[in-house]
This record gives sequence, C-alpha cells and structure tokens, in this order.
Amino acid sequence: MKAKTQKYRLKIPSVTENLQMIREFVLKIAAKAGFNEETQEQIALAVDEACTNVIKHAHHHDARRLMDIQIKTDANKMIITITDKGSGFDITKLKDPDVEKYIRESRHGGLGIYLIKTLMDEVDYEFNPGVKNQVQLTKYLQKSVTS
Amino acid sequence: MENFEVAREDHSEVSILRLKGFLDAHTAPNFEQAIQELIEEKRFKIIVSMSDLNYISSAGLGVFMGFIEEIREKDGDIKLTNMTDKVYKVFDLLGFPALYQIFKEEAEAEKEYNR
Repeated sequence: MKAKTQKYRLKIPSVTENLQMIREFVLKIAAKAGFNEETQEQIALAVDEACTNVIKHAHHHDARRLMDIQIKTDANKMIITITDKGSGFDITKLKDPDVEKYIRESRHGGLGIYLIKTLMDEVDYEFNPGVKNQVQLTKYLQKSVTS
Repeated sequence: MENFEVAREDHSEVSILRLKGFLDAHTAPNFEQAIQELIEEKRFKIIVSMSDLNYISSAGLGVFMGFIEEIREKDGDIKLTNMTDKVYKVFDLLGFPALYQIFKEEAEAEKEYNR
C-alpha cells in the first residue's frame, strides 16, 4: 500500500516568536506521516535550528521578510525545504563544533548546524545570496522505525 | 503568550533556577538574563533544574556554554538536574555530559556544592 504524496506550505514572518508555531506545524505533519514521537521531535528541532539561522543570519530578525517552509511527505520520507532571500551564509563551510573549544571561547553559534546534521538523514543546501537560499532536510521513515 | 519561565530559589550560597516550558531562540534571552543576574550578585553556585522543561534548542544550550567559563573561574559551577529523557538527549548529542555534572535531583547537586 503506497501512501500518496502530500504537500504542505507555511509562509511566515522571520521572527523568533514564530518558532513555536513552526515546530507545531512540523510535529503535526511528521505524526501524520507516521514517524514515532521521538523522531517527530527530532525533525521539529532540526527545522527550528534551520529557521533560527534564517531569522538571525539571513533575514536579521526582519518581520517583513518571510520564510517559506515547504514540506513533502510520501510513504517513506519527509522532506522539508526552507527558503529565504536573505544575505545567506555558506553553512557547508562551517566545521563541526568542538564543544570544549566553544566553552573556552564562550561562543554560541555553530551548534545548530551540528544538530541539524546529526538529527536528519540528508541535508542539502543551495546558496544564491539575495536571490534564493535553500536548505533541504530529509528524514526517512524506515530508518526511524529500525533505529 | 508566555511559553517559558524561570523561577529562582536561593539556599544560602546555592541558587536554583527552575526552567519551565520551551527554551528556544525566542526565550533564551530570558534564561540568559537570569544567569546574568546571578553573576552580578556574585552567586556562582548554580543549579539549573529542568523537570518542567519541555524543549531545548541550541539557543538554550548556548546560554549554558556562554557563562560556564566565567562561573568556574569564580569557583562556581552550573550543575544540571531533573532532566527529562527528551531534553537529556539533546544535551547528550552535543557532548554536554562530559562537561557538566548532571544529577537526578536538586538535593544531590546541592549536596555536591556543600561537600
């Protein structure tokens, strides 16, 4: 039995107070797609981290700028695509953080990217600063069932 | 709508911050302010109790990391207690258990400070 592809979309102002709403949106869709509770929460956390990056670094907390969150689910996966038109920054160039070093240097950034990479099965980026930046997060259903 | 709260309780030299709700990039400044106030009052023996914390993102974890060095230099610490499994998993992913003392109950952390 093959589940039909479902598509969802949320266009929302780039402010941190919307993070809660974004997580709830993602949690509901992940539940409907058949992910267990733990995986639903992992996906919501990864999307929170990606949107936090857009709000802070691409749109600089400008509520007039919208983040475009598109979600596609089918029988075996959920793909979340987050698009912004901000200044962008090349996440691929960031190294995984050394937490002890972070503490020594009292730094805050970079942890979110590490969490995204750890929590999701695939992470793809496309950068075209000022035109369109996109991050695409994929989670497979089977992996979450077997793990 | 307030979805995050910090309540503080002082026991002689030790201060307990009890977190409730959702700690993300929106609410992390509230937590940061609570720790900042303790530092200004020179209260460096801190316990962060999390039984009612439903959620934490890297913005919340960053607050712990941002102050720990300064606090430890003053012979203080931030000890973590009463974490739910869900919240612990996020701390664990980033290797926090190697860097912070984690206790089941506030009383155990307090005892450690009073040793």
